[in-house]
This record gives sequence, C-alpha cells and structure tokens, in this order.
Amino acid sequence: MSFPLLTATAALPAIGAVATAAVPAARRTAAKWLALVFSLATLVLAGIALARFEPGGERYQLTESHAWIKDFGVRYELGVDGIGVVLMALTALLIPFVILAGWHDADPLETKSSRWRPTQGFFALILMVEAMVILSFEATDVFLFYILFEAMLIPMYFLIGGFGDRAHTGSDENAAAQRSYAAVKFLLYNLVGGLIMLAAVIGLYVVAGTFSLSEIAEARANGSLSMATSTERWLFLGFFFAFAVKAPLWPLHTWLPNAMGEATSPVAVLITAVVDKVGTFAMLRFCLQLFPEASKWATPVIVVLALISIVYGALLAVGQRDIKRLIAYASISHFGFIILGIFAMTSQGQSGATLYMVNHGISTAALMLVAGFLITRRGSRLIADYGGVQKVAPVLAGTFLIGGLATLSLPGLAPFVSEFLVLVGTFSAYPAAGVIATTGIVLAALYVLVLYQRTMTGPVKAEVQGMADLKVRELVVVLPLIALLLFLGVYPKPLTEIVNPAVQHTMSDVQKKDPQPEVEAAK
Amino acid sequence: MENLIALLVAAPLLGAAVLLCGGRRLDRAGHWLGTLLAAVSFVIGVVLFLDMLGKGAEDRTLHQKLFSWIPVEGFQADVAFQLDQLSMTFVLLITGVGTLIHIYSIGYMEHDERRRRFFGYLNLFLAAMLILVVADNYLLLYVGWEGVGLASYLLIGFWQHKPSAATAAKKAFLVNRVGDMGLSIAIMLMFTTFGTFAFGPVLAATGETSEGKLTAIGLMLLLAACGKSAQVPLQSWLGDAMEGPTPVSALIHAATMVTAGVYLIVRSGAIFNAAPDAQLAVVVVGAVTLLFGAIVGCAKDDIKKALAGSTMSQIGYMILAAGLGPIGYVFAIMHLVTHGFFKAGLFLGAGSVMHGMNDEVDMRKFGGLRKYMPVTFITFGLGYLAIIGFPGLSGFFSKDKIIEAAFAKGGTEGWILGSVALLGAAITAFYMTRVMLLTFFGEKRWQPDAEGHQPHPHESPKSMTIPMIVLAFGSVFAGGFFSIGDRFLNWLEPVTGHSHGHAPIGAATVTAATMVVLVIGVAIAWAMYGRKPVPVVAPRGSLLTRAARRDLLQDDFNHVVLVRGGEHLTRSLVYVDHTLVDGVVNGTAASMGGLSGRLRKLQNGYARSYAVSMFGGTAVLIAATLLMRAV
Repeated sequence: MSFPLLTATAALPAIGAVATAAVPAARRTAAKWLALVFSLATLVLAGIALARFEPGGERYQLTESHAWIKDFGVRYELGVDGIGVVLMALTALLIPFVILAGWHDADPLETKSSRWRPTQGFFALILMVEAMVILSFEATDVFLFYILFEAMLIPMYFLIGGFGDRAHTGSDENAAAQRSYAAVKFLLYNLVGGLIMLAAVIGLYVVAGTFSLSEIAEARANGSLSMATSTERWLFLGFFFAFAVKAPLWPLHTWLPNAMGEATSPVAVLITAVVDKVGTFAMLRFCLQLFPEASKWATPVIVVLALISIVYGALLAVGQRDIKRLIAYASISHFGFIILGIFAMTSQGQSGATLYMVNHGISTAALMLVAGFLITRRGSRLIADYGGVQKVAPVLAGTFLIGGLATLSLPGLAPFVSEFLVLVGTFSAYPAAGVIATTGIVLAALYVLVLYQRTMTGPVKAEVQGMADLKVRELVVVLPLIALLLFLGVYPKPLTEIVNPAVQHTMSDVQKKDPQPEVEAAK
Repeated sequence: MENLIALLVAAPLLGAAVLLCGGRRLDRAGHWLGTLLAAVSFVIGVVLFLDMLGKGAEDRTLHQKLFSWIPVEGFQADVAFQLDQLSMTFVLLITGVGTLIHIYSIGYMEHDERRRRFFGYLNLFLAAMLILVVADNYLLLYVGWEGVGLASYLLIGFWQHKPSAATAAKKAFLVNRVGDMGLSIAIMLMFTTFGTFAFGPVLAATGETSEGKLTAIGLMLLLAACGKSAQVPLQSWLGDAMEGPTPVSALIHAATMVTAGVYLIVRSGAIFNAAPDAQLAVVVVGAVTLLFGAIVGCAKDDIKKALAGSTMSQIGYMILAAGLGPIGYVFAIMHLVTHGFFKAGLFLGAGSVMHGMNDEVDMRKFGGLRKYMPVTFITFGLGYLAIIGFPGLSGFFSKDKIIEAAFAKGGTEGWILGSVALLGAAITAFYMTRVMLLTFFGEKRWQPDAEGHQPHPHESPKSMTIPMIVLAFGSVFAGGFFSIGDRFLNWLEPVTGHSHGHAPIGAATVTAATMVVLVIGVAIAWAMYGRKPVPVVAPRGSLLTRAARRDLLQDDFNHVVLVRGGEHLTRSLVYVDHTLVDGVVNGTAASMGGLSGRLRKLQNGYARSYAVSMFGGTAVLIAATLLMRAV
C-alpha cells in the first residue's frame, strides 16, 4: 500500500490542532509557532499532492478506500480530481497567512485571568477547520462529505462567536451580543441547509444503495441506475440548497456580512476564501455529476439568481459604511460569478469558475487582511473614520490598492483571467446573462475605488496621524499573496493545465458540448 | 529582429518595477533611471523602424509569440505581439514624446518628494501603452487598455491629498470602465462569432458573418473608444483629469492614451468597413464631440481645461475621420501624430507658464507673459499656429485632409460632416487665439497666490525648454514632411487601405474655405480679447457660455441621475437587504419549523443553547435514520 498522502494532508492539521490546544496557558507564543509550523508542513504535503497529480491521468487520483460503517455502505473513500487538488492546495496555502495575520488577534485581554487559554484555542480551531475543509475536497463518499460539511460548522461557530473583532463601536456588551447573533445566524443558516441536504443524502442512498460517488456516477452513466425525473429533481434541490447557503447565493446570503463583519479579519478570510469554497466546489462535484438532468432543468433559475447576486452584492457593497461588510458583499457578488460560471456549462465557464475560486481566495485574503491591519491600527471598522492614510502609511495603502485592483479584476492580475473566462463562457451559452454580468465590471470598480478614496486619500485625519506602516510580519503576509496574484495573472497555465481535464469530465457528465463559433460552423 | 518587440515593452516595465518597489534608496537616481529606460525603448523603436523601412511594403509586419496565456478548451489567448506600420507609428510617437516628457518632468517635478514614484508610474504607462499597440489580439490589447487606465488613475490622483485630485482619478477610472464593458462584450462577440479574438483571423473573416453581428461588435468597440478617448457621451472625465501634474496631461491626456480609441477603430477597420451603421455611429460621435469639445474650450478660463476641451475636439476630428472608412483612416492617424506633437507642446508650454506663475491656472490672471518667458512663448506660439491650421504647419496638412475627406463622404452626409468640420476649425481658431491672447499678450493681470506671494514669472530650466523646442519642431514640420509625396499615405496604406471617395468640391476650395473660417475665428477672438482689456473676474456671460463652463451641463446631469440616483438605489437596497430579504428568509425558516417564537430569542442568551440543541437534533436524526435502515 502506498503512502496515504491525502489522509496525511488532512490529518496533519488535525494533529496540529490537538497539539496546539494542549500547549500550556503560559506558553502562548509557542502555541502560535506550533500552529504555524503545522500549517506550513500541511502546505508542503499539499504541494507534493499537487506535484504528484497527473493532469492527463485518471479522473480521481491518489485514491484511498477503506470500509468504515459496513452496515450502511459508508466508506472512507478519498480521491482528488484537478479541481479538488487545486482547491486543496489553495486551502493549505492560505492557512499559514491566516495564522500569521491573526498572530495577535487572540492575545488575552489584561482583564482575563491567566488560566484562560483563548490563544491556543484560536489557532487550534483554525487548524481544525483546515483539516475538515481539506478532507471535504478529497472525499468521494457522499456521506463522508456530508459529515465534514456539517462538522466544520462547529469550529467555525466558535471562531466567529468566541473571537470577535476588537474594533467595534458601542459597548463591549453590545459587541458581544452582535457577535453572538452573527455566530448563531451563521450556524442556523448552515444547519438548516445541512438538514435539508441530509434528507437528500439519505434519499440518494435509498435510490442508489451506496454512498460512493464513483459507483453512483458509473451506474448512472451505464444506465443501471435510473432515477425518476421528479426524484432526481428533489434530490438535486436538497443538495443545491445546502451549497447555495454555504456559497452563498442570493437570497440566502444575509448571514455572510454579519459573520464577516463580526469575526476577526483572518477568520473572515477563513469564511469567505476557504469554507465557502466548499459550497461552490460541491455544486460542481455533486450537483452536476450526480444529477446532470436536474442541473440542466434548474439552470435558468440558478443563472438568474447568480446574476442577482452579482449585481445586488455589488450595489450593496457600494452602500456599506463598514469596511469588512463591504468586502463581504463584494464576495457575494463574486460568488455570483462563480455559480454563473458553473451553471453556464461551458468549458470556459467551468474552468473560469474553478480558477475564480482560487483567485478570489487569494485576492480577498490580500484585501481583507490588509483591511484588518488597518482596522487594528485605528480601532474602527467604519470607512468614515479614515482618510489620508496613504500619506502616513504608503506601503499599507499601496498593498490595499493592489488588493482592491485584484478585486475589481484588473487585467494583469489573476482575477481578470477567471472573470473573463466566466463571462465569455456564460456569454456563449446565454448572451443576455453574459451582458448583464459585465455590469459587475463597472460596479466592482465603484465599490473598490470609493473605498480606497475615502480611506486612503484626501487630507490626513487627526486619528490617522501617526499610524504606523506595515510591519515585517504583515509584509510577510501580504507580499507573497500579491506576488501570486501577479504570477497567476500573467501565467495561469500551470493551473489551467490541471483544471482543464477535470472540467472536460464534468462537461461529459452533463452531456454538454461547447457552442461552436458561427463562422467555423459555417465552413 | 522580432525579438526586440518584447524588449521594447520590457524596458519601461522594468523601470516601473524597480522604481515602485525600490524604496527611498532610489530617490536620488530614480528619475534618471526612468528617463533612461524610456529612451532605451525609443532607441529600440527606431532600430525596428529602420529595419522595417529596409523591407518591401508588403512584408514589413513582424510577429513574436512569447507564451500561451490562458489555454482553456476552445479558448486560445496568447501573449503575442504584432508590429506593422500602424503599430510602428504609435511606438515611435509613444516612446518619442514619452522620452521628451520624462526629460521635462525631471525639472517640473524637481521639488516633489515623491518624484521617484512619479517616474515609476510614467514608466508603467509607457509599458502598458506599448502593450496596447503591439498586441496581436484583442484580449492582450485589453491588458494594455486597462493598464493605461490604471496609470492614468494613479497619475491623475498623484497628489492624492487633494480631494479634487482623488475624485478626478476615480471618475476617470469609472467612466473608462463603462467603456471597458463595451470592449469586453466586443471580445465575447468575436469569440462566439469567429472562435478567436486575434487580429489576423478575425479581420480576415469579416466577410463570413452577418452585418448585424459586425454592427454589434463595431458599436461595442465604439463604446470602448468613447471611454478611452473622451468622446461624447463618455467625455466627462477628461476635464477633471487635468488635476494631474501637467506632464501627465501632455503625455497621457493629450498625445497618447486618449488617442487609443482612434487606434482601436482604425485597427478594426475591416469590421467597420463591413458595418455601415456602426460607421455612421462613429462619425456622429466624432462630429458631435468635435463641436462639444470646441465649445467647452471657448468658455474655460483654466488654461489646462481649455486645452483639454481642445484635445477632446481634435480627437473628435480623428474619430470622425476613422468613421469615414478607408477615405479617412490614414488621415485620422496622421492628425493623431501631428496632434501628438503640437498638443503635447502646448501642454508643456502651459506647464512652463504655471511653473513660473506659482501654479496659477486661471488665464485671466496671466497676461503679457511673452516678454518674461520668450522660449515658452515662441514654442507655444508655434504649437498654436499648428493647431489652428496655419498654412504650412503640421495641423494645416492633417486637418485639411480630414475636412476634405468629410466632404468626400458624399451626399447630404458629406455636406453635413464637412460643414461641421469647417465650423470646428473656426471655433478652434477662436478659442486657441483666446488662450494665446489671455496668456501672452495684453496687460499683466497677475495676482498674488493664496499665501500672498506675488508671481515672478521666469523662463523654465533647460530640461523643460528643450523638450518644448523639439516638439515645436514637430509641430512645424511634421505635417509637411508627411504630406510631401504622400509619404504618410504610402507608409500606412498597406495596413489600413485607402480610397479617395467622391469629393463634391475640389481640394483647393476646401483649403480656401478653411482659410476663411480660420481668419474669422482669429478675428472674433482678437475683437473680444485683444482689443480691449480682459477683466480678472469672468463676466457672467451668456447662457451658452455659462453652460459651457460647466461642461455643457453633462456633469450636472450625471450628478443628478447617476450619482444621486445611485445613492438612493444603494441606500434603499441596504434597507431592503437588512429588513426584507433577511426578514423573509428568517421568517420562512421560522414559520416552516413553527419556531418563530424561539427565533425571536436569537439575540438573547437562549440562542446558543438553541443552536446546540439543533445540532444535537441533527446528530440524533442521522443516527436514527441509519439505524432504521439497518434494522
């Protein structure tokens, strides 16, 4: 038996979580370093998995399979396709930055007793989330995936509710109440989604008699498993609903601004750049692969909802007063693009959507983490409390601008590649939807540049005077992310090579062919 | 030889990277490095040009493919360059004028503590602009297109501590993004129609698709051109863009970037030739902007804004010419090049005046400067004569050709367009004479600045005057040089094609008419501003004057409809999201589970236990279901 690389990549951060939590209360700094080392080691393993993955090879690679709950046919079955392996690598890549950015976010307040160990808990929870997210990208057993999909809510709940942003207006009690509201709202929304999915998972088992993704897909392809149209549609809806809450899709999005606003910036990145990606990933993997006909049936409605998300999210971002909520609404707009790309069901749309997940992860991390550095310095999340920062902290302002430019998909930076692919892929299938989605180009520029203008330019505000520029630790967080945005903007080929074959598999799952260009068709 | 194309772009790109990342260590040498790399790029351009001249007209095009950019099933986007006569013309203009303006900026920005960064941005601009003109496909062109937009944004807002500069920068970027929507849609249409967006295959296959498709593509390209080239209805950003340092106005907002729309249309000539409706839209936009800009230029007292109105108007001429099809392509580009010389020269002259006048921009507070700034006066004066089309100078040749071509369009259209172009020439003569008279002639109307310093106008340093002299040479001789023996026509024809049209009136008549309107325009300006003293405070003026001062009310319209309307929309959406969407979703969930009572407790202490119990419930449910299956 070969080395179980996928299990190891998920197990390492889990072990790290336990180890970090076990560090004695006084050795706070040691716990941080331990968490960082584990996250870096995980990154190495993910890198090895990425390198071992052969783009032209089998659909699922590095597979592992063990019986787990024999009576119910639940198996511990892992494997990654091009999409899964890329997202796994993204997760492993972002966590060290999240840890480093949140280095001081869970330092105990002076008023707390010394036996309180929030620091250890904070970093242990982050690693726990990492472990579950990575494993969910690898799971090819529907039940195993479901368990992870639900279980990752627990550490996330504590991260949001237990470690809020210390920059808040009003009293501490009020802030605690808001934080608690955000955490519970996050949990309830996702639990309801999960419950509905559970019903669908069980329904699928009743129909198919197995939880194995590959077995079901194979049975569907060779005709030995046929589903009644209405059954397929109900099951599809059950799965899709859960993923649409997680992603999130309009109108199920309202938990995200609360959660991202109240959580610390690194945790906000964890939500939007890492955990939410499980939702869009699962749409590609489960909805399209297991229920191709129902997916096509639901496409018109989903395309419309995605378009609403794009425009609505962007407009609400324009109207926000709170920096972090603004970024949250921008993310809702971006998730609209991802879902649009997935359901356009063209090669360009789906490749674009997959790249979009990666690029959005990196660009939002860059923007949100710099925003976090800014907010920590001033102690306020309100845009109106800033002004003229570029004069006192030019590096901070510069990196913030680059993060913003990535968010508005400036050509030359990575998000442009994915956004354009999504647009062109959508346009070739649904021209009107493609045109409506391009309004996102203008609106994104609006919310990014308004945010930059109000916070960074103009006369220096008194409270901003004396604000320190980025420190070494913060530069270590931001500069690699920016370098990556540039690299993937100019040379995305290493990613597209891995993703393309996986997309072709999905395209054949849904039995879709790309629309042919008019002129070539005429020849 | 083709490998040099990448170097052409790489030199300024390297400069931008080094200067922007280099930190304060480079403060002392940064401007020299930036200028040097701009010059290197120019030298490479000249080498490529000489090589091109040595080849036959038909095999001058060079190709260089660097790497495959976005390889996705059915989608091929490369980082690949194409250098033909059209691109070459732009390369020489961009790097040539660009280098001169780098030199000028050494002096102009001498006292700015962020000079290194300024040169970094200028280098970034050069690199992006070069990518724009040497790209061999529309998607890579898009990279350059937005790259120059970014550089423009950074440079307009270079003095970010001024709220007006920051606002102007944002406005320029946003308005351009509206145009970029057009470019995006055009590229998507090309992809679905031709399966590619590389120049070669797209432009060769225009015969194989319907006119409707080509019209749609053409109109979307026109929208893009309107944004970048400040044409009606997307012209509103250019006046505000004058908030940027004057060298920026000269290079980006006069000589090069704003002409990118003309490049786009001429480059896509094959599409427009097969889509007459789109062409009609192009000439209408050109003709309207030509007058719009000229009228605005008449009313502005700010010297840079007057020149900005003029730029808009002159680009209107170019767009008009480009919309005429093969009759006009060559002349659009020829006017673009001569305009690059004289308008850059005029802006540098304006910068020189401001440099000597405590950064005052109000022409009503100038006057009589010819004695104090002789070099500026002479170079500015030559640029002035060139732009109004004084016989023998550059603008005379290039503008005259466009007016002729407009008449040659034929039919009623030809008469209308020709007359508009003539009228524009008259107004140009008027407003430029006004600028000249207010600035260099008449009484001294100098005022102390905000801190009470009386201006002491003086000639600018050599680093500033030498570029002005070089550009003045171009303003004087370029037009004649291009026109003798139809040099420019023969050079560009292999790329753009050319036809003569059916002129209803002879070339000599057109020239005579142009001379007449020129004299009329100058005479009126002389009567208004030369003969009698100019008040320091602007008189109220007629309704048209007041409207023109406010950019013909377009900003007011934008403000009321777009800004106010947008604010109301977003504010009400925020409210809707907070109450309605959130409430309905929560409410639906609650009523479905019959839990509304408990959900109200969300904000109090029971919430956590509620969530935990729900989680527990899920677990029990899973277990129960599995157990039932097993039994």
